[in-house]
Amino acid sequence: MSDLFTNVFLSALLFGAVTAAVPLLLAGLGEQMSEKSGVLNIGIEGMMLMGAYTGFLGAYLTNSLWFGFLTGAVGGLLVSCIMVILCVRHGLNQIVIGIGLTLGCEGLTALLHHFQFSRTYPRLPAADPTVIPILSDIPVIGPAFFKQHLLVYIAVLLVFVATFIYRRTQLGLNLQAAGDKPAALDVSGVDVFRTRAFAVLATGTLAGLGGAYMANIGAGIFVPFITNGAGFLGIVLAMLARGRPVWVLIGAMVFGICLSLTTALQVAGINIPTDLIQMIPFLAVMAMLIMFGRRSTLPAALGIPYERGAR
Amino acid sequence: MRVLSERSVSPGDKPIITLEGVTKRFPGVVANDAVNLEIRPSEVHVLLGENGAGKSTLIGMLSGLQQPDEGRILIDGEVRAITSPRNALALGIGTVFQHTMLVPTLTVAENLLLGAPWWQRPRKESLRTEVEALSKSLGMQVDLDAVASDLSLGEQQFVEIMRALLRNSRMVILDESTSMLTPSGIEELGALMRRLVERGLAIVFITHKLREAAAFGDRISVLKLGRKVGEITPERFQALHEDDLVTEIVDMMFGKRSDDPENGKRAGTTIAEDAKTVLAVDGVNLPATQTSPGLHNISFDVREGELLGIAGIDGNGQKQLAEVLAGQISGASGKIVLDGRNVESLSVGGRRDAGLRYLTDDRLGEGTVGTFPVSMNFLLKEVGKPPLWNKGFEKTSDIEKHAERLIAEYDVRTPRGHTPVGRLSGGNIQKVVLARELAEGARLVIFNKPTYGLDLANTLAIRQRILDIAAEGKGVLLISTDLEELLGLCDRIAVMAEGKLVGMVNNGENARTEIGRLMIGLEE
Repeated sequence: MSDLFTNVFLSALLFGAVTAAVPLLLAGLGEQMSEKSGVLNIGIEGMMLMGAYTGFLGAYLTNSLWFGFLTGAVGGLLVSCIMVILCVRHGLNQIVIGIGLTLGCEGLTALLHHFQFSRTYPRLPAADPTVIPILSDIPVIGPAFFKQHLLVYIAVLLVFVATFIYRRTQLGLNLQAAGDKPAALDVSGVDVFRTRAFAVLATGTLAGLGGAYMANIGAGIFVPFITNGAGFLGIVLAMLARGRPVWVLIGAMVFGICLSLTTALQVAGINIPTDLIQMIPFLAVMAMLIMFGRRSTLPAALGIPYERGAR
Repeated sequence: MRVLSERSVSPGDKPIITLEGVTKRFPGVVANDAVNLEIRPSEVHVLLGENGAGKSTLIGMLSGLQQPDEGRILIDGEVRAITSPRNALALGIGTVFQHTMLVPTLTVAENLLLGAPWWQRPRKESLRTEVEALSKSLGMQVDLDAVASDLSLGEQQFVEIMRALLRNSRMVILDESTSMLTPSGIEELGALMRRLVERGLAIVFITHKLREAAAFGDRISVLKLGRKVGEITPERFQALHEDDLVTEIVDMMFGKRSDDPENGKRAGTTIAEDAKTVLAVDGVNLPATQTSPGLHNISFDVREGELLGIAGIDGNGQKQLAEVLAGQISGASGKIVLDGRNVESLSVGGRRDAGLRYLTDDRLGEGTVGTFPVSMNFLLKEVGKPPLWNKGFEKTSDIEKHAERLIAEYDVRTPRGHTPVGRLSGGNIQKVVLARELAEGARLVIFNKPTYGLDLANTLAIRQRILDIAAEGKGVLLISTDLEELLGLCDRIAVMAEGKLVGMVNNGENARTEIGRLMIGLEE
């Protein structure tokens, strides 16, 4: 097996890992913000899927990947508006609505795609990577990390933006208070509804962007159910990261490597049944939950709708 | 020192806030009934009243959490609505709630910073200087970098008072602030209130403890069952001797008023000297927990046909006593004798079979299954037993007939026998529970707040039923926080405070005052 781990193989493995990790990262960062503010956003899978569909459609119709990212983000945002109205405004059960949104988006995107393209799956032109000089010349790591689409670098930058928001801004304080003790936030004069609504809308936007990346860069095509549970993995990441964006990045890379390994091992044609190989990402989820899940602390008011002056 | 420099007012200024005929209703309960109140600067205004007197609802309306249904609120003489907590803060009303309103995971500084515009960077440095100046002048220290959950309750409260001052409040509401404090903490809070009042602030101090009201107040308003029943002005406050003051307040809090609901009075019942003892309780103890004071050496007995009342402010161990007697709490020591037979070792079911029945105050949670039909709730404690079950299968028509009979007998207002009990009103749910517990073989019935939250008609019906039970020769233990109810129904009344029986009063002319004084801890 030693000939398997050539530089080319490793480089391809890591490149694939990054491509697989970016949607998880975006979803995880988004979910983290919702959860911080006290909203358990199970609908994120649906928001991602809608973003993948509208993102693909935008890019396909205008031939502009960046316009596709825009429509993808808007698609996710629109789905999250439903969540804001039903769960934040009217205090309905977040789990039920979340599952409903996911199922609804699965059906809707598959149906619309079928209407438009029947059984054909048009492919988008390959994206131009942004090559970072010097760094991209490092063997193995260079091609994997520094010859990626610009959005990849933006996604990594968002990790630090999120960290800054949580640690250094009034908004970060408000989000944490909304999740840990919404009544305290309310009596200090901040609207809990607006704070939570902001978080959920940000989640929808990030998830939509992640979905669009998946379709436009990762796959280059849209097929129904393309997200295949990536949103749910984002929920796992957010829970394990305990409110720290950097841990979402680390977790996303671990899952990304596992997903990439699945493909790489099959391509390399080693003598292990594919069924076992395809289990790798999910075994990794379980292993991580067993190792770190016990220590994850969630906001006290997570999943509980806030009602002013409730008796 | 913004608080001091911005407003220095002399006593007797125009009121900051005036409530005119403010009424607030919740389903089935009138929490505040046409309350008039004036809050003036440089004054500690005490709102005194028992639990359920409507103090918290009043605070909810002043702090923008709730809106009045009727009446109006004037601020500086102008009619204004306090639409939200943010609005209340802008109007200069700061509130320290009974339960801490700090985010436990944030530091003190971060908690104090909550409420600034979201796009700003937290202004930690200017906060530090402001807090230092404020704590120096108030003579109290606060660690800005401590995490809120690590502070003691007294420290948390001080942080909240400081938050109100940092927001330039000219009126600070302290809701039951002393209930979590140690005696020395209460002294400190009292001194702090005086210092704040000297700066021209208005303090609204809510309490149910008379001693604190007399020690810290300038003006006292007494609330009772949602109504304001009296006010003692600062002039009168100073003129009266402390004993006279206390007597006057006790009279307001527990005195009879012409518009209190009238009971079917227990007319001259005398329990025969040789009446058999139904229940004898001897030296019952229960360890205290974080939420209850436990029970300490409780002893009493109830004779046949006797109605024994248990008075006391809510949360002084009454519910624990009832549950120990019914067998629902384990870990108690002492003797419980029913009809000459020791029942301490019996299970809940065993005691019920022996004739001990308990009607909980948690009608819908513990007393009934809300989604089950009325007919089944009549039989909750006999499910599967003959004659209404045959080898484990229910005899549907017999169960329905049984339900119809009880519905008629106890006047349960329900559309049908198979209406889910949760859809009935509180009074009718109580009747269902009553019908079930009085079935075959009851010897002693324990009522826990049987008329709490019921309307007048149902209250009177239930009270009549309680009198009938005693008239049939059963023993009744009536736990209630409504003194009128106890005085109207009982033969003897025991008073509970902090898990102890602090006195036993024979119902009669002076019972009202005696019990009142026992309840608020004036006689030990």
